[in-house]
Amino acid sequence: MKIVIVGDGKVGQALTGRLAEEGHDVVVIDSSPKALRTSVEVHDVMGVSGNGASYAVQKEAGVEEADLLIAATSGDELNLLCCMVAKKLGARHTIARVRNPDYADQLVLMKEELGLSMTINPELAAAREIARMLRFPSALKLDSFARGQVELVEIKVKADSPLLGQALYSLSSRLGIRILICAVRRGEDVYIPTGDFVLREGDKISITASPDQLDSLFRKLGIYRHKIHRVMVVGGGRIAYYLAKQLLKLGMFVKIIEQDAARCEQLSETLPKAHIILGDGTERELLEEEGIADMDALVAVTGMDEENIIISMYAGTLGLAKVVTKINRMSFQEILDGAGIESVITPKGITVNQIVRYVRAMENSQGSNVETLHRIVGGRVEALEFNVAGNCQGELTGIPLKDLRTRKNLLIACIIRGRQIIYPGGNDTIEEGDNVIVVTTEHQLQDLSDILERP
Amino acid sequence: MNYGMIVYILGTILKAEAILMSLPALVAFLCGEGDLMPLLTAILIASGAGLLFTLKKPKNTVIYAREGFVVTALSWVVMSLVGALPFVFAGAIPGYIDAVFETVSGFTTTGASILTDVEGMSRGLLFWRSFTHWVGGMGVLVFLLAIVPLSGGRSVHIMRAESPGPVVGKLVPKVRDTAMILYGIYITMTVVLIGLLLLGGMPLYDSAVHAFGTAGTGGFGIWGDSIAHYDSAYIDVVLSIGMVLFGVNFNIYYLLLMGKLRSILRSEELRWYLGIIAGATLLIAWNTLPQWGGMLRSLRYAFFQVSSIITTTGFATADFNLWPELSRMLLMVLMLVGACAGSTGGGMKVSRLIIMLKSAKREISRMLHPRSVYTLQFEGKPLEDQTIHNVFTYFFILVFLIIASVLLVSLDNMDFDSTFSAVMACINNIGPGLGVVGPMGGYATLSPLSKLVLILDMLLGRLEIFPMLMLFAPSVWIGKRRKG
Repeated sequence: MKIVIVGDGKVGQALTGRLAEEGHDVVVIDSSPKALRTSVEVHDVMGVSGNGASYAVQKEAGVEEADLLIAATSGDELNLLCCMVAKKLGARHTIARVRNPDYADQLVLMKEELGLSMTINPELAAAREIARMLRFPSALKLDSFARGQVELVEIKVKADSPLLGQALYSLSSRLGIRILICAVRRGEDVYIPTGDFVLREGDKISITASPDQLDSLFRKLGIYRHKIHRVMVVGGGRIAYYLAKQLLKLGMFVKIIEQDAARCEQLSETLPKAHIILGDGTERELLEEEGIADMDALVAVTGMDEENIIISMYAGTLGLAKVVTKINRMSFQEILDGAGIESVITPKGITVNQIVRYVRAMENSQGSNVETLHRIVGGRVEALEFNVAGNCQGELTGIPLKDLRTRKNLLIACIIRGRQIIYPGGNDTIEEGDNVIVVTTEHQLQDLSDILERP
Repeated sequence: MNYGMIVYILGTILKAEAILMSLPALVAFLCGEGDLMPLLTAILIASGAGLLFTLKKPKNTVIYAREGFVVTALSWVVMSLVGALPFVFAGAIPGYIDAVFETVSGFTTTGASILTDVEGMSRGLLFWRSFTHWVGGMGVLVFLLAIVPLSGGRSVHIMRAESPGPVVGKLVPKVRDTAMILYGIYITMTVVLIGLLLLGGMPLYDSAVHAFGTAGTGGFGIWGDSIAHYDSAYIDVVLSIGMVLFGVNFNIYYLLLMGKLRSILRSEELRWYLGIIAGATLLIAWNTLPQWGGMLRSLRYAFFQVSSIITTTGFATADFNLWPELSRMLLMVLMLVGACAGSTGGGMKVSRLIIMLKSAKREISRMLHPRSVYTLQFEGKPLEDQTIHNVFTYFFILVFLIIASVLLVSLDNMDFDSTFSAVMACINNIGPGLGVVGPMGGYATLSPLSKLVLILDMLLGRLEIFPMLMLFAPSVWIGKRRKG
């Protein structure tokens, strides 16, 4: 597909990399030739320098024949203008990043009137993700499929865990819980485990299960944590605003620490129920004074990665039920594992995932579609949900799974048939209308039929 | 340095060369002049070494600019060393240095020859000799990029190192697609040229060989007196226009395919290039008029020689060594100018000349108006200072290398014309120079040292200096081995 990306900033660059890697023809527009140069040198894409909202520049970038234009500059208005021009030029789809909360209520209007296919708000998406993490404090990471019927969580195997020392196939019967371990990270390596895989201490495992099964698993493992009621948010940016709004709606107690006086005023106006504290969240005394030890959770979302990391490490020593850290620079993630930081969130990564999911869905206007896509284990494993459409009959449907020749490093984690969730064994089959969750280390799965080993 | 990846790419190059060599082997088989065995032996060696090198695909396939440069330079060296083998095995060129000189001259599309009796060589080897022009013209690595995915996004470093011109861009987002388009245009144009030569009554074998020489702007022929052998106005004109067209930036043809005529007309480099050709042709035609005794005849020979020299091809229809001094010097100047960026031609490139002229104009204007703000524009876009700086550095190193080479070659004690023009003809990838190395002479009489210097000059010229120079920079080689 031909994709034009306007704005070569943080999100633009990450998007460029991912979309080029997936084999699309990507053209990047940015006003700074310097920023473009890095993109063009590292990724197999073309760069056009200039104002992305200008007709001439878009023409040069070939927007007329583009399937998709993604506007990800820092300005909302500019992004909207880019999309309008692109639409007029003949781009099939447009996606704009709109992050100003003021526009949040008119998104539907904008989509309809301006012909946008999708708007993305990285901060809102990040806040939603954090809120979900806080609702499920036992998991390091949490994704959901099939509208919440199936959860995908990542947990760490501790030294005294009952999961240790047993082959995986015997786990479910021994614990009496229907779960499936679909990916294991051991140090540098990532495995898609088979039935005879044996877990070791320190492994980070990704599990799929329904929410209630997950609950009992956490109880059995002794890592069940009580529901979170009191949350401290350090940093009062947009994420903090969206997050507080959601948490307050859930009836939680929210305390926001922000060091800019004007911003504090603003927050207290828009979030009358939240407690707003003016001060520097990196000061230990302030945190103690505001009762960090009594909190159930801490969320570090200041603008600085370093501050977030330090605050989270400190909170970790206090034994809070949940500590969520926002990190912008994704490239250092593996170092954080050693530093005791467990739940990490990157707004950029979430945005990119959202768009890639959209692009894949666009690509498969026929056949089985990717319904949801999650990148887990530091982006090295993908969990995809496909809907089985009528036309892949015969090749996949009605055949017992043990007779399907699937690719290596691939696992059919779950089949969802109506309200029923099947953790498939060798005799189960895939039927038309099912939703199927596939976990794989291959990153280019486009269609359900791609799971088969091609001769 | 990612040595694993460098070795892997070199192995791929050798395999590609083995495949390319099978075409001349086929010709040798059809002609049956007994040169099949040497070619087959060379193919065996190339593919054997290639397979050995590519046995293990490195885990880490990331290459940075540094590896891109090194791999490009090494590829050309390795390719030439192996490409010289058939000549040695067949005994056609007994000395290995001579054989390497001939092959480097072929791949770099120079066309300088150490052969004293071209016509005595077997047809299979002659075909290989000319085919190296065609292969080297667009670049082997670009060819590789078109057929095998080498290392994802960063392969642009390789393309940039091999393609001529101050600014190398892509036509379409993907390197691979760009390389395919370039080769598509290249192959089509070559086939059309072969067809046109056939129409002019040239035998198929001759047509193919001369089309290769023209397409790569190389200049190897199969006759001692080059194109003059045919003595046909039609062939002269077809080849002249052919050379001019292959000296044009290939992006222009892509724009033509896309139907963007207006941007073609706006291309400054193209206008300058055609202008220079027209001007030089008229001047030389006027200067040599007495010799030919007719304006049309004079124009025909002048046009052929001008296009042959400016595109750095090096075919000859007349011994321009015997022309008046003004014409000879004009041709010398054209040697330095060279063809357009992004073409198969060599030399300094018209675009660099334009950039330097514009920059000089700006400096003068700055002296007159110290407060003036003056941005340089080229092809309708503002020029970055980095590019201008790069062009001047390039020019300085080029001049420096010419001087150093002239000093080394002067050990042979030839006259000034011959010494200077030999270096110019090699570093700008033209082929024939003046005096001893003139169009009807050759490089056979030079000493081995001079040949080595000129071999290096040809490679430096074809890869536009920097990649080759980097091989000699210690900092490229010093450092911890990255896991391959």
